[in-house]
Amino acid sequence: MSKFAKKKDGETPAVSTASLPDIVFMLLFFFMTVTVMKDSSLKVENVLPNANEVKKLEKKDRVIYIYVGKPTKEYERVYGKEPQIQLNDKFARPSEVGDYILMERAKKPQELQNVLTTALKVDKNANMGLISDIKQELRKVNALKVNYTTYEGDAFRNLQ
Amino acid sequence: MARRAGAPEVNAGSMADIAFLLLIFFLVTTTIETDAGLDRMLPPIEPPEEDVVIKQKNIFQVNINKNGQLLADDELIEITQLRDKAMAFLDNGGAPQGSPDYCSYCQGTRDASSSDSPSKAIISLKNDRETKYSTYITVQNELVGAYNDLRDREAQRLYGKDFVDMEAEYLNPETSDEVKEELKEKVKRIQDLFPQKLSEAETTSN
Repeated sequence: MSKFAKKKDGETPAVSTASLPDIVFMLLFFFMTVTVMKDSSLKVENVLPNANEVKKLEKKDRVIYIYVGKPTKEYERVYGKEPQIQLNDKFARPSEVGDYILMERAKKPQELQNVLTTALKVDKNANMGLISDIKQELRKVNALKVNYTTYEGDAFRNLQ
Repeated sequence: MARRAGAPEVNAGSMADIAFLLLIFFLVTTTIETDAGLDRMLPPIEPPEEDVVIKQKNIFQVNINKNGQLLADDELIEITQLRDKAMAFLDNGGAPQGSPDYCSYCQGTRDASSSDSPSKAIISLKNDRETKYSTYITVQNELVGAYNDLRDREAQRLYGKDFVDMEAEYLNPETSDEVKEELKEKVKRIQDLFPQKLSEAETTSN
């Protein structure tokens, strides 16, 4: 018979899955590199308000976070129900904010120390009194750039 | 003596499963989120060296009380009206033609009893200690929105693009340097047309 009629009918060759691990590993490395593990666990309720005129907070290494909100259930007994400030992993008083900012600033590389932003992650049920105290402290240590972190959404939903 | 045909090959068939397992773990734990929010500058604590005299008509006073009610220029208003009020005030351009403050691009009513020009206009925000944070953010959002709307209008007129988009592109770290350089000038120019002058007075406790 001729050379060209060799094909047996039916049996399609199996697709080689040998490269599957490679593909999966590629994906794996992608997600491993972009994953950021949460470094501080929240001890306060932190439902942010909505706003739509927001700017993205690029470059995470230039941001210092301050959390404010009502202590969660476990800490309610010790710290009460009034909104508290959380710095890193601890509850703090407004007077400690300044020191915290200075400490965090000292940890950052020299060239970033002047371009730091303070991100205020404040629960929407907090009162402005505490925020004013924090702002006053920030002004004292000359950390003037703040970002009121919010969710993106319709701002009027806050009022309900 | 039995001869060995080399080391037996390790079965790598389950490699994909293991990798998948890890992959799923990282997929689940990943949050590719960048925080977003309202950028604000606080006023420096040391007072300016010389006292600046600001005309009353160039100040737009916004007061929020503890119940979340809004007083804008001695008038009780709803938050939904705030943006329009603020825009009308900023865009007023009350200075007469020929004066140094004359605003050629303003499209407002040119009311002589309201602000002279956008660069003179100041919005002053005052709140109570018991004002809810969410109300405060809504007000901030509306005021920033008023500025952005006006800047968008000018950017559309001059460059045919929205200011917000231009700024976002400028701040995006992925934008190339040449584009950035070009945008910087434009963004700066628009910002100068409507400089954000939002002063925050200290809070009151009554």
